[in-house]
Amino acid sequence: MALTGLQIYKLLPASSTNPEVKAHANCKECGYPTCLAFAMKLAAKQADLSLCPYVEEESKRQLEESAAPPIRLITVAGSAKKLEVGNELVLHRHEKTFYHPPGLFVRVKDTQPDAAQVAKAVADYTVDYVGMSLSLDGVAVEAAGGDFGATVAAVKAACPFPLILMATDPATAEAGLKAAQGTTPLLWAASAENWQAMAQLAAQYKVPLAVLGPNGDLNALADLAEQVKNAGVEDLVLDPGTRDHASSLAAFTQLRRLALRKNERKVGYPLIAFAGDDITLAAQHIAKYAGFIVLDQFDPAMAYPLIVLRANLFTDPQKPIQVLPGVYEINHPGPSDPLMITTNFSITYFSVANEVESSGLPGWLLVADAEGMSVLTAWAAGKFDAERIAKTVKSTGIEQKINHKRLIIPGHVAVLLGEIEEELPGWEINVGPREAVDLPNYLKTRWG
Amino acid sequence: MPGIEVPKEKWSGKVREVTLGATAAEGGTRARTVTVGGETTLPFLKFEGEIPHPPAIAIEVRDQPPSDWPALLLQAWDGATQDVAEWAKAAEAAGADLVALRFNASEQLSAPYARQVLRRVLSATGLPLVVFGPGQADWDNEVLVAVAEEGKGERLVLGVCEEKNYRTIVAAALAHGHLVDARAPMDVNLSKQLNILIHDMGLPVERIIMDPTTGALGYGIEYGYSVMERLRIAALQGDSMTQLPMLVTPGEEAWRTKEARAAEGVPAAWGDYVKRAINWEVLTASTLIHSGADIVVLRHPESLRRVRAMINALIG
Ligand code: B12
Ligand code: SF4
Repeated sequence: MALTGLQIYKLLPASSTNPEVKAHANCKECGYPTCLAFAMKLAAKQADLSLCPYVEEESKRQLEESAAPPIRLITVAGSAKKLEVGNELVLHRHEKTFYHPPGLFVRVKDTQPDAAQVAKAVADYTVDYVGMSLSLDGVAVEAAGGDFGATVAAVKAACPFPLILMATDPATAEAGLKAAQGTTPLLWAASAENWQAMAQLAAQYKVPLAVLGPNGDLNALADLAEQVKNAGVEDLVLDPGTRDHASSLAAFTQLRRLALRKNERKVGYPLIAFAGDDITLAAQHIAKYAGFIVLDQFDPAMAYPLIVLRANLFTDPQKPIQVLPGVYEINHPGPSDPLMITTNFSITYFSVANEVESSGLPGWLLVADAEGMSVLTAWAAGKFDAERIAKTVKSTGIEQKINHKRLIIPGHVAVLLGEIEEELPGWEINVGPREAVDLPNYLKTRWG
Repeated sequence: MPGIEVPKEKWSGKVREVTLGATAAEGGTRARTVTVGGETTLPFLKFEGEIPHPPAIAIEVRDQPPSDWPALLLQAWDGATQDVAEWAKAAEAAGADLVALRFNASEQLSAPYARQVLRRVLSATGLPLVVFGPGQADWDNEVLVAVAEEGKGERLVLGVCEEKNYRTIVAAALAHGHLVDARAPMDVNLSKQLNILIHDMGLPVERIIMDPTTGALGYGIEYGYSVMERLRIAALQGDSMTQLPMLVTPGEEAWRTKEARAAEGVPAAWGDYVKRAINWEVLTASTLIHSGADIVVLRHPESLRRVRAMINALIG
């Protein structure tokens, strides 16, 4: 856990009990006037410990350990895409933010003839959400009595995303690891029965290893993880073995708290969850602390809402996603084409822009600087009023691009009609529909 | 090796228990009542606190089939939407805990009409009711005052009660033994402030449900999620004016989105329309339940079934 400036100060030469070290106190060689000033800079992560030549070995060890994240960052990689999970710092997103969205994986079995097709479908799946192209993260291949090595090879060829190799028999696992060479899969899983052999494989093939505990028993899980770590594998992922809503929520919450609040190193790793085909269980794991989520099926109608939920909960609460204010041209508009205005909140902008774009109708979209707020929020906060709307019209140079003076405003701010007319003399203000879905129809029937 | 100790939060606060509806013995006509609240920890963390009542699910019914609902949603009720009494019965049969009657903003909406609709719904179902006006402060006042009088003693929840109109609605709730749904726009302090104003008028806290407002999946749900988490944490830390059960309307929000409305002309990556639309409502609701919702108002019977299954799985 991060130390405070004062805690760090206790580890620097000025606080040393060794007179030889203490003799250097406040020598300024680090570039700061005192050891305390240096400690404060270290706490703020604005300086590097190596600047002080006199720090004792034991202090160095403690400082380095404290700088390690409470939840280890784990990287898995396919042939063309990698995923990093872990390194989270809070229990609730409003405390700061959630950093690394959990990877969404689809499970296939080595007895499944269409495993490679499913893998390809997973790889090809992308969906656009507020201007971001989002996707799933990988495929979990399960040894279920088929040819594991061949299936892993086929999946790897079909999907450049990271893999999870699910095999508890070490010989089978090794066949998978061989087939996956050149990538960094997650190996699942080391249990009480097989951990020595699995740890050896993970070390040999340099892959992260999932540690599977007996259903919800966190003590057993922590001890097992410790043993595996002592056997030389540092990149671990924990699977508390829970598979239902209630016990998963308890186990995942406790593990996250242990890592963050108690600085419990033994469980300071990302977690893996198996959601089956239950979308509410998968969603629970997005909100509550999974690093990897394995689904039993690939279905776009399920993938899309989960990907959006993940994007929502992992946005930084301090900064709404915004687009730049200005003039946006949709479908190559000409001077007589419609002019609309909206705000610069990403969700708002894209709901409108996507509608107009997919309708094929040309149009000019003015985006006002509403400090990243939605239409009604901005209106209520005084950031999307007649004055700002008029200013956007006048300052963007749109008047030189069009040959008319008609502006469509969002239906939700119909009340602004009169005021905008006053601010923009000579303009005709049209109140558009309330929801963007209805814009294409409005443009077809009411513009012209 | 010493075992690791599971960290438990020692919360000092508790969410108040609020009971909706009144049976004949209690001065109403409901077949049963529904109690929500009473939690002494964050949602479903039974290892460290009490969760005495599972979140309740209300189904929204309208006095007339609304013109702006997608066909998928109206069809799901199999003709029952043509008549508000049938619709309320169907909601009960589908397994709802509560019926949320909402009046459309229509020409025929008047105080006498609202009374008549309320009477029909009360006799069609034995479930406790939440009653929402058409959503414009002045009109809400007119409708809800009539409803409060007509449903005297039923412990209805009257909504929405906002800063703009809380006085009239609270007075009606006080006079006729009802509860209010106190809605503030997604802000911890505004929620608290409205609860205080309402309480200052003399309405006991046990008759206030707070409604922090929410957004749909993909359209601002993260704000609702975090505001509810913060309100619930404040409640557990002992801030008495946040110790109220929370009601949110994920059904209304979800079915406004394009994902739930557009069957055609959308990217193939959105998947099958019917599944996607229902998933949209289910995930909006389930996520809000994880952040502290005590009552969710839903619209589709399949969403009700699936959100219920999740609650049951969490309650264990
Ligand atoms: C999320 C949210 C917030 C977030 C902000 C999110 C953001 N970045 O904007 C937070 C929590 C910060 C917030 C704050 C506030 N909020 Co707020 N918020 C919402 C909420 C829940 C959703 C808004 C949203 O994101 N909608 C989705 C976007 C896509 O919608 P949209 O921008 O309107 O765009 C749609 C249409 O307008 C249309 N459209 C858009 N542009 C155009 C252009 C044309 C030409 C056309 C035709 C159509 C069109 O297309 C889009 C899709 O259909 C709404 C309630 C709700 N459920 O809707 C309240 C709401 C907007 N907020 C409200 C209020 C009052 C506030 C506050 C003033 C309260 C406060 N706390 O002080 C503050 C103001 C901010 C401040 N002072 O800093 C009120 C506004 C009341 C009103 N009607 O006057 C609302 C309606 C809640 C309510 N019922 O009371 N809010
Ligand atoms: S280099 Fe800086 S921190 Fe190190 S002893 Fe000198 S003053 Fe203190």
